[in-house]
Amino acid sequence: MEKFTAHTGTGVPLRRSDVDTDQIIPAVYLKRVTRTGFADGLFSAWRDDPDFVLNKPEYAGGTVLVAGPNFGTGSSREHAVWALQDHGFAAVIAPRFGDIFRGNALKGGLLPVQLPQDAVDTLWQAVEADPGTEITVDLAARQVRAAGHAWDFTIDDFTRWRLMEGLDDIGLTLRHEADITAYEAGRASFRPRIATPA
Amino acid sequence: MGRTLAEKIWDAHVVRSAEGEPDLLYIDLHLVHEVTSPQAFDGLRMAGRGVRRPDLTLATEDHNTPTDNLITIADPVSRTQVETLRRNAEEFGVRLHSLGDAQQGIVHVIGPQLGATQPGMTIVCGDSHTSTHGAFGSIAFGIGTSEVEHVLATQTLPQATPKTMAVNVTGELRPGVTAKDLILALIAQVGTGGGQGHIVEYRGEAIRNLSMEARMTICNMSIEWGAKAGLVAPDETTFAYLKGREYAPAGADWDAALEYWRGLVTDDDATFDTEVTIDAGTIEPFVTWGTNPGQGAPLSASVPDPASFEDASERSAAERALAYMDLTAGTPLRDIAVDVVFLGSCTNGRLEDLRAAASVLNGRKVADGVRMLVVPGSAKVREAAEAEGLHEVFTAAGAEWRFAGCSMCLGMNPDVLTPGQRSASTSNRNFEGRQGRGGRTHLVSPQVAAATAVAGHLAAPADL
Repeated sequence: MEKFTAHTGTGVPLRRSDVDTDQIIPAVYLKRVTRTGFADGLFSAWRDDPDFVLNKPEYAGGTVLVAGPNFGTGSSREHAVWALQDHGFAAVIAPRFGDIFRGNALKGGLLPVQLPQDAVDTLWQAVEADPGTEITVDLAARQVRAAGHAWDFTIDDFTRWRLMEGLDDIGLTLRHEADITAYEAGRASFRPRIATPA
Repeated sequence: MGRTLAEKIWDAHVVRSAEGEPDLLYIDLHLVHEVTSPQAFDGLRMAGRGVRRPDLTLATEDHNTPTDNLITIADPVSRTQVETLRRNAEEFGVRLHSLGDAQQGIVHVIGPQLGATQPGMTIVCGDSHTSTHGAFGSIAFGIGTSEVEHVLATQTLPQATPKTMAVNVTGELRPGVTAKDLILALIAQVGTGGGQGHIVEYRGEAIRNLSMEARMTICNMSIEWGAKAGLVAPDETTFAYLKGREYAPAGADWDAALEYWRGLVTDDDATFDTEVTIDAGTIEPFVTWGTNPGQGAPLSASVPDPASFEDASERSAAERALAYMDLTAGTPLRDIAVDVVFLGSCTNGRLEDLRAAASVLNGRKVADGVRMLVVPGSAKVREAAEAEGLHEVFTAAGAEWRFAGCSMCLGMNPDVLTPGQRSASTSNRNFEGRQGRGGRTHLVSPQVAAATAVAGHLAAPADL
């Protein structure tokens, strides 16, 4: 995973709440067995609408999605994160995220930033008034800056460190393999064990 | 100080805990299906890693599989995804219940059915409806593909400690009101984000009196109000359900397990971070009118006026929902005519659900112009339903009796709505396009689904 310290880019104002993962990428696009190539499915049901924000040329190069509350609710599909990244997004700002989406985004290095609704309103207005408005998402400083405003956001130290170092979670866990083995030795015998194929 | 049930289970699974880091949590059971696993197995191959515990891993095919036959997957992309799972399961030594296998079915139906879902476990799957398994008093939650790879490689997950919430269900459900109505009413009350960051324990007499299958319906939809997981403390109903199932403990192990399971309750002096109360006695058959599961109302109500919502984002969401659903504020919900009725899914595709719908359909006919699909949650559910003759009730009524799978719950297999079609569906999500692009979904209970099929518009059995 690439290291993430700070990102500066233009914003895309998505004035919708409850944008679930079925809307981010419908199930029909989940049949691929690869990890890339999902950009064509991104918000696909809305892409026929010329007024949809991603169809507007002034937002074509946007890399920071600014959305309403409950972004990424619903299905656990990590394809939603991959599709946003394939399109070029580096961060999503919203007042509240679906938990699984947020976790998936943090795994893949798409930074989900939770800001209060009034901050999101201010960002929407700034980006709609001037699509060239740059938004800086500064993970190191835990701060979003745009149009003369600055908002602090929270992220736990461990996740921030992992993203800034670009570390692989599995590699980190395997440093504690002895702990896993010790735990397994103490598991109760009544726990179910699946009959593996011969 | 006492601990909640969720805290007890959590604590028992902490492999490693360190200041400033998420807990490393051991995973007792990892369920796998074809959609969210191929990239995870690829990741293992690229890193030269294996599956640490194939004996704690169980796979099935469900999302892409057809429900009109057990052999041919017509769509080549779907077929490739299923074949990829078959290759991965073989390469990594994972048990797979393939299309046509006697134990094949929706991943959240087969885990409990096999007795692999037990109290006090940690259970994950690359699927948000993993919360279903919480009905047994387990911490069960959906994960993404990166986490699927993590669990395959390490049998653990780093997890920040969630908050705890109690949902106190007071009173008794009235006759004709189901677990589905209860959970839909709860989500309408608390909103789709109400449970964010919490493991929720459903408590109270109304919950205690529910069967295991009804508890699964409730826990299944925990994710629809944003909860990390939902669970019900195990009791005699749980133990009776489990005894004798394939993976349930036997002999001395059963006794040891039972002793452990009986301790899986929230202590009297434990406190929850949040508490919510809902009165079961006031709930009526409940349906959704909008495009998220929180946009619901009693069947006796009318489509709400968006202007009646005080919150600006709820108001605009309601406006968009009515436009998408092609509904007018003030229309009685009972006047909404449907094209398709779907009975099935991990929410309501179990034997009791089929029985409930069959009892309504018995001696009646599906209305002209309405298509009704009945899709058992697993091959075993189908077999059990046929042993009771339920399939004859469905087919005599003019419904389609199909093979097991996720089917029309999501538009990944051939069972989809066409643009503009309207369904009454016993599934869990009424999102835009969820059942097929342009499709319009009303979430309902199995009883309401059956009555709607007969009436041709949203209806309860009492309306027939």
